[in-house]
Amino acid sequence: MRELALNILDIAENSLSAGAKNIQIGLKADTQRDEMEIRIADDGCGMDAEMLARVTDPFTTTRTTRKVGMGLPLFRFSAESAGGDFSVKSEKGKGTEVCARYKIGHIDRMPLGDFGGVVLQLITMNPDVDFFVTAEFDGEKGVLDTKEFRAVMDGIPLNAPQVRVFLRDYIQENLVTIYGGRL
Amino acid sequence: MKSLEELRALREKMKSQTDNRSVAGADETVIKVGMATCGIAAGARPVLDALLEEADKRHLHNVSISQTGCIGMCRLEPIVEVFKDGQKYTYVHMTADKARKVMNDHVVNGNPCKEYLISEN
Ligand SMILES: Nc1ncnc2c1ncn2[C@@H]1O[C@H](COP(=O)(O)OP(=O)(O)O)[C@@H](O)[C@H]1O
Ligand code: FES
Ligand SMILES: [Mg+2]
Repeated sequence: MRELALNILDIAENSLSAGAKNIQIGLKADTQRDEMEIRIADDGCGMDAEMLARVTDPFTTTRTTRKVGMGLPLFRFSAESAGGDFSVKSEKGKGTEVCARYKIGHIDRMPLGDFGGVVLQLITMNPDVDFFVTAEFDGEKGVLDTKEFRAVMDGIPLNAPQVRVFLRDYIQENLVTIYGGRL
Repeated sequence: MKSLEELRALREKMKSQTDNRSVAGADETVIKVGMATCGIAAGARPVLDALLEEADKRHLHNVSISQTGCIGMCRLEPIVEVFKDGQKYTYVHMTADKARKVMNDHVVNGNPCKEYLISEN
């Protein structure tokens, strides 16, 4: 992955596969401390401890029989190679929370990329799932809540072309401008 | 700034518009874009965006575009599956430009883009 936004999409796809009905995505940057954090939390099926250990660190596990994915390891690598750290908390039947932190100025930190485009894709392509997205930058905060949109739209789907155009601008103005569009 | 107030106004406008869509039904084309890790890494997002953009631009109402997980052929990603006229077409190594061509030639005009299809068997 060349953009962290693509990791966010990929990790959110895990939440969707886990049957999540609510997904939170949080982006937070503090330029004073040179830190940024990406957090994805869901109320999907969760994982037990053994599973969790295996999926976050597929190379040190002794089990090679079952297929392991690359999504979580790639996200982990993106953080650990950029002066940051990575954690996954999960509880079977409750949900999962994935958190990656970065040194903003680290030479190997990948750019955030098209965060707004990824948010737009997630909220318009998944009509049965609600998203709560926040962007925080040096104390400024923007919020997007699909529950609010759905309450207003009263059955009109969020992927209707006109609604999509509105949402694209909404994301730009309420989330992307918070961090200046480039991070 | 875009607000919920503005969204309310949009809803009222949309509700008052008469629905002049061509009825979706047996002739519906279903398009799926693989959005697993390898698909995303290979560029599935621009492909999906190009498909949505073309569908909007051409007001194609009998086309449904969605994303799907692992299709099981990593090296051929990005992959687009088109279900049309009772058949399944698997387009591989897609790009935004190829996706636009598939929309035009296949979805709209009914001529599959053979050069992008996965070789049979
Ligand atoms: N949010 C989640 N909730 C439940 N299970 C998860 C979640 N994220 C990952 N998993 C489990 O970990 C596995 C590995 O995830 P990942 O590394 O993204 O690879 P892949 O998605 O290709 O399997 C998934 O197949 C799934 O079983
Ligand atoms: S893991 Fe590559 S297509 Fe599924
Ligand atoms: Mg995954």
